[in-house]
Amino acid sequence: MAEIQQKDSGGGKGGKKRAKKMSTKIDMTPMVDLAFLLLTFFMLTTTFAKPKVMQISMPVKPKPEDEQQELKASDAFTVLLGENNKLYYYEGLVSEKPQLQLSTYSADGIRQVLVNRRARRPSTVVLIKADDKANYKNMVDILDEMTITGQQKYALVDITKDDENLITTSGL
Amino acid sequence: MVDLAFLLVTFFMLTATPTEDTAVVVDTPSSISEKSLPDKGVLTITIDKDKRVFFSSDSQPVKLKALETVGAKYGQSFSDKEKKQFSLLPDFGLEAQQIKGFVNLPAEQRKAFKQPGIPTDSLNNQLAEWVMAARSANISVLNTAPYIAIKGDGLADVPTVKKVIKILQEKNLNRFYLVTDLETKPVASN
Repeated sequence: MAEIQQKDSGGGKGGKKRAKKMSTKIDMTPMVDLAFLLLTFFMLTTTFAKPKVMQISMPVKPKPEDEQQELKASDAFTVLLGENNKLYYYEGLVSEKPQLQLSTYSADGIRQVLVNRRARRPSTVVLIKADDKANYKNMVDILDEMTITGQQKYALVDITKDDENLITTSGL
Repeated sequence: MVDLAFLLVTFFMLTATPTEDTAVVVDTPSSISEKSLPDKGVLTITIDKDKRVFFSSDSQPVKLKALETVGAKYGQSFSDKEKKQFSLLPDFGLEAQQIKGFVNLPAEQRKAFKQPGIPTDSLNNQLAEWVMAARSANISVLNTAPYIAIKGDGLADVPTVKKVIKILQEKNLNRFYLVTDLETKPVASN
């Protein structure tokens, strides 16, 4: 690109000076340099991916006059999020001393359990109870599992003393 | 080649949304959700792993109006310059009483200042004030109710997240977004 302009010398015999013929080519090197610099700058500073969002709807605050429907024990399925990324689940309600089981967040952990449960009982309602020692990632993970397994009814519920006792006594 | 380079420069210049220098960096957990965060009218509540809560709006007029409302409530008045400076902050986690001092700090000191987070306890629930003030400001400025997004760090603890959700629920804001990263959708096998 940067061209070397050759002076023609030696040709002129008579010594008569002529106007030097200007080259019509412009040296574009600096401009291209700048273009690439800008290109690199914008490529590095652009954030392409807009963050994704997961929509959740919490229930409307119950009014005192509203009648609350009791959840049938046979429909209830509770997932407990414990500390150290532990995950427990049981079927039925806590008052009936259910059998607590340990599971994981991986694909063949709680996902399989939920898929099986739904196949057996399509009217299942999943209650998600997060322990205070669980972290936010666990919460998002389990809500994600609900979407993956296509769970129709699920709710984030506060953990109760009975649930905490169940975890400690089970020793899992 | 030069043509192409300029084409790319133009393209990147037009699509670029400069990354904002937020007060706190959070590492959001990932989910399979493919819904994108709306472009306009989003109020973001950020929760970091030290239980601090930050608040931000993507629109400067909304921030200005919210500051006036909340400031009036806590007996704080701001000059036009302070208001302008405040509306330029990408997000903040300060008590209403601290804002005046904070916006008057020089830029480097402001960066070094460790923001304590917005108080969320029931006696001094400033987060609820901010959300409500920004919500009504958003409605008057953009004519739409804002989307509320909770952007939590993966290691944020559940009690803080629950507390924020409860505050929103008490204000009858029952629908909100959880900001996540994208993860490829696995197939639920039977």
